[in-house]
Amino acid sequence: MIAASRYIEIQGVEQTFKTRKGNFPALREINLTVAKGEFVTLIGHSGCGKSTLLNLIAGLTTPTSGVLLCADKEIAGPGPERAVVFQNHSLLPWLTCFENVYLAVERVFGATENKARLKARTEAALALVGLTPAAQKRPGEISGGMKQRVGIARALSMEPKVLLMDEPFGALDALTRAKLQDELLEIVARTHSTVVMVTHDVDEAVLLSDRIVMLTNGPAATIGEVLRVDLPRPRQRVALADNPTYQQCRKEVIDFLYTRQTHVEKVA
Amino acid sequence: MVSAVFHTPLEAVAPTPVAAATHPKPAMAAPLAQPAVETTRQVATSPWRERFAGFFRSVLPPLLGLGFLVLVWSLVAGTGNNGIPTPLATWTQAVGVFSDPFYQAGPNDQGVGWNVLMSLQRVAVGFGLAALVGIPAGFAIGRFEFLSRMFNPIISLLRPVSPLAWLPIGLLVFKGANPAAIWTIFICSIWPMIINTAVGVQRVPQDYMNVARVLNLSEWKIFTKILFPSVLPYLLTGVRLAVGTAWLVIVAAEMLTGGVGIGFWIWDEWNNLNVASIIIAIFVIGIVGLVLEFGLIKMATLFTYEEVKS
Repeated sequence: MIAASRYIEIQGVEQTFKTRKGNFPALREINLTVAKGEFVTLIGHSGCGKSTLLNLIAGLTTPTSGVLLCADKEIAGPGPERAVVFQNHSLLPWLTCFENVYLAVERVFGATENKARLKARTEAALALVGLTPAAQKRPGEISGGMKQRVGIARALSMEPKVLLMDEPFGALDALTRAKLQDELLEIVARTHSTVVMVTHDVDEAVLLSDRIVMLTNGPAATIGEVLRVDLPRPRQRVALADNPTYQQCRKEVIDFLYTRQTHVEKVA
Repeated sequence: MVSAVFHTPLEAVAPTPVAAATHPKPAMAAPLAQPAVETTRQVATSPWRERFAGFFRSVLPPLLGLGFLVLVWSLVAGTGNNGIPTPLATWTQAVGVFSDPFYQAGPNDQGVGWNVLMSLQRVAVGFGLAALVGIPAGFAIGRFEFLSRMFNPIISLLRPVSPLAWLPIGLLVFKGANPAAIWTIFICSIWPMIINTAVGVQRVPQDYMNVARVLNLSEWKIFTKILFPSVLPYLLTGVRLAVGTAWLVIVAAEMLTGGVGIGFWIWDEWNNLNVASIIIAIFVIGIVGLVLEFGLIKMATLFTYEEVKS
């Protein structure tokens, strides 16, 4: 049970980048645990190191000091058990949507399952995000929201232990974003995924999260506050608008971001 | 009159470049390629006046350019006794030369067709070998930084060397004129392919490589699904540059090595003081180069994905 409540464990992580002007401390003293099946969002002003932290969990970068564990094993590099949904979808433009997802499915299940089974998995993942009709289209032929959905389908198709999302809806218009958030809520409820998501959208954070991790301003950002969102699931966007708990959470995040951590524009 | 000599093959090429027109191409090819396409379209859709405007815009300038060339040529040929034949005399001779391009009268006296084909064959073999070595080498150098650091000084040192400087080495090692010419083509066409492929590999978007890392793809999958499709446009640019250079170099190499080939033909005609034939050869070389270029641009457009180009 210990593994379940401390599924991802981040202990004393510090990240310093070497730049031409010397060392740039991006993150310091990050301590965080994420339980299995929990939905955690990282929120903070741009440049505060949210994506840096997510890349550390993904294993795309290694910390300057400190340890990151996933299921009691040290995170030594990227791997399909921690699937990433990238901010700019990162689909391969020369492959169709089906082939983009199939590439991931084949990598994870190719050794143990036959071709028909792999195809079925790919089709199921595309159906999950409602993209069955677009399966044979290339990314250049579909809209931004659809691309992002293919990216999510690709990540989910791997049946990852952890789903890492880096501002997945950041580049989308408000209506598409709301639709995808609702879809994500539904998918996560169905798959019981553990999710760590980077966002700068307060409503998105409150709507989706079990806990909201608020980061202080960089450089040398750290966790300023962690807010538990005690809203029952399934959550309905419309019903929540008048919910006092929802508004309380929203207020606390806004208070943190705009009163205590006012974003100081650096000299342009 | 003479303009017809090089106008005819151009019209054979012109219907193809609809796709090529969207693609960057050398300034020389652009104005020559457009007339045929645009006029046929305008005939189908526009009234007479617009048709005339289209003619004025796209057919007249190239024709005037060709006319200008012929005029300058006539002036140069007409002033004094410098031995340059007039356009008319060259045309008459060209008709003779092209009436039987594939005659064979001994090893050193063959039709212009054979000479061009022999040159093309040497270019094809030399270029093919260079592609066989250069493209994999480019991938390796682009993919592994150690190799890049290791080979960059060598490439920087050898690339600016005129390919003809390698000809004596080729003669020494291969003990024959033909392999030496092929060797020269090999050397001159390998650099653009290595360099462009390596640059293409280094410019593969980091996003795609991150996908590969998260999926933990095998090196083979990375190559077939990410590197190769992403590098292909760069690679084809390298191929185009290589073929262009090879076609430039083969003429010079054949002048030195002899045998059968368009370069040798020029030198032979020079020894016969047959200047009209030399001018014909110049046009032939230009047209063949143009055709090669068009073919490769068309191929590059076919294999370039919309999102990669931007």
